[in-house]
Amino acid sequence: MRLERREHRPLLLVVLSPILAVVAALALAGLLIAAAGAPVLEAYGRILTGAFGTRLAATETLTRATPLMLTGLAAAIAFRARLWNIGAEGQFYLGAIMVAALGSSVLSGLPGPMLIPLLFAAGAIAGMALMLVPLWLRLRFSVDEVVTSLLLNFVAVLFVSMMIDGPLKDPLAFGWPQSMPVADQALLPKLIERSRLHIGLAVAIVAALLVYLLQSRTVFGLQSRAAGLNPEGAVFAGVPLARTLVKVACLSGGLAGLAGAIEVMGVKGYVTTDLSPGFGYAGIIVAMLANLNPLGVIAAALFTATMFVGADGMSRALSIPTYIADVTVALSLLTMLVAIFFTQYRIRR
Amino acid sequence: MSTFLDIVASAGLWAAVLRIATPLVFGTLGALLSERSGVLNLGIEGIMTFGAMIGWLAVFNGADLWTGMLVAALSGALFGLVHAAMTVTLGLSQHVTGLGITLFASSLSYYIFRLTVPLASTPPTVTPFQPISVPGLSDLPFIGPALFTQTLPTYLSIVIALLLAYVVYRTPLGLALRMSGENPHAAEAQGVDPIKVRYGAIMAGSALMAMGGAFLTLSAFNSFFPTMVQGRGWICIALVVFASWRPGRALFGALLFAFFDAFQLRLQTVLDNVPYQIFLMMPYILSIAALAVMARRARVPQALMQPYRRGER
Repeated sequence: MRLERREHRPLLLVVLSPILAVVAALALAGLLIAAAGAPVLEAYGRILTGAFGTRLAATETLTRATPLMLTGLAAAIAFRARLWNIGAEGQFYLGAIMVAALGSSVLSGLPGPMLIPLLFAAGAIAGMALMLVPLWLRLRFSVDEVVTSLLLNFVAVLFVSMMIDGPLKDPLAFGWPQSMPVADQALLPKLIERSRLHIGLAVAIVAALLVYLLQSRTVFGLQSRAAGLNPEGAVFAGVPLARTLVKVACLSGGLAGLAGAIEVMGVKGYVTTDLSPGFGYAGIIVAMLANLNPLGVIAAALFTATMFVGADGMSRALSIPTYIADVTVALSLLTMLVAIFFTQYRIRR
Repeated sequence: MSTFLDIVASAGLWAAVLRIATPLVFGTLGALLSERSGVLNLGIEGIMTFGAMIGWLAVFNGADLWTGMLVAALSGALFGLVHAAMTVTLGLSQHVTGLGITLFASSLSYYIFRLTVPLASTPPTVTPFQPISVPGLSDLPFIGPALFTQTLPTYLSIVIALLLAYVVYRTPLGLALRMSGENPHAAEAQGVDPIKVRYGAIMAGSALMAMGGAFLTLSAFNSFFPTMVQGRGWICIALVVFASWRPGRALFGALLFAFFDAFQLRLQTVLDNVPYQIFLMMPYILSIAALAVMARRARVPQALMQPYRRGER
């Protein structure tokens, strides 16, 4: 038995691969649910109803999917250029704390229509700045950006903790470490009344469309894909590799920073160190499930959010730990890698 | 200035250095072993978490401490097997596979822990490894309490580092390992099977990583809690580069790193007007600085991150 490269990738298999991967992940996670002595199918049924059963649940799922779309895009655009940005978690937090800093003080006098775009930009710039550090270390000292961007996540969260314990601490929060709230007019308008769903979802979807157009229709998109497919070849063909990577890093870090900004302005209004339940890391899974396709990111983020939101209710009803959602999406990353492999190879005996 | 000297001159600091270094020594050696065969294992953070959880859980359910370490090592080897199947047999991206293993192993640890240990206000504990005084040596002034009153896994980690240095440079097995990481095609021509070597190195390396995790719950602390590994795995990956892929230097690097960590912990109590977060950032910033200084000078295994397929170039 041996593996043989396929002459061409069958379209049906490429389209089906994410679905097969998710089914395989659900089956494997099902073993864990069964091991805990709970009915597997009922558990998955409850996850679905927990995520979409009521109007409120559905809006919660969409609210949760919003930051995942943005961090997913951040990972997808970077990975496509083979820039391993694993620092979206840190960039998310830096974007969030930047918004809290500016939105609660210096800029808080501005009217909403001016303030909101300014804060979006500020959050994105903070995320960009943080991503430029690992890129600079790679270009200047040939340091693998995987480890540096990962390590910076810890630094960024500690920095946020220092800020909300110090200069940005809310004096009215009964001693809890949380930042001062952003001005009321900085809070994002709701998409649907009596829910938490805010216009951030529309921003994320527009971002996905823009990234798609950027990648498929512009010179920069071509250059960034070339940088990922074959860096030496790209340089030989005249692609300015360093400059392309800087642009990719800015876009990727910017999207992750924007995710943090939107989460503050859309959901909480202030920053705590548990603002993100791992949105940055989950973004990597979202990107891979989408096979790095910006439009696929929307669907992959919805799947991931469904698991997370749905698992809450299921957990209460069947006393299965909510971590089953984390396990399932992590498994789906691994099964997706294998599924992508079999679109390129086949087994011959 | 005198407070700095006071800190460095206390035996407690040097005892803490060895204690802090132990999980890093295990993890760095594990990552080094894997990378020497040509495969980066970013599953380390999750594998350490899982080792910490499963080792603790075994002891909590009545196993003795060494059985706990063994269970952790076996669980690590299993995750290593998954990583090897995906990166060696299928030749998938080592970066993404490793991150996937980390996310999977850590969430699985939390799932199993929450399922088997009910939520309580105070986390349940086990009786951890006790410090062993080395007869004769532990009575020496200063050096005795500083270096010779550690728990057995700490001594074990140092022995493994020396053993690994010997195996890598002085045995046929070590030669096969280095060949697989430098030039698997040449290794194959010499009758070495790089695929088997890589499987073995990844699994053994992952077992070491998991033992490093188990040290946290069975020696350094006595309970398990989520996120307790705190990026130690990533620091180990940085230490491998700092050590230029040499086991002896890895031991030195882990000790040096632990020295700074132990030092900053004591400095925190002296400089209490500086926010504590600044001190907590130091390990990560130091790791990044070490990478920047060493990355160009380090001798990377030439075939690191290149999948090997027989008959394909």
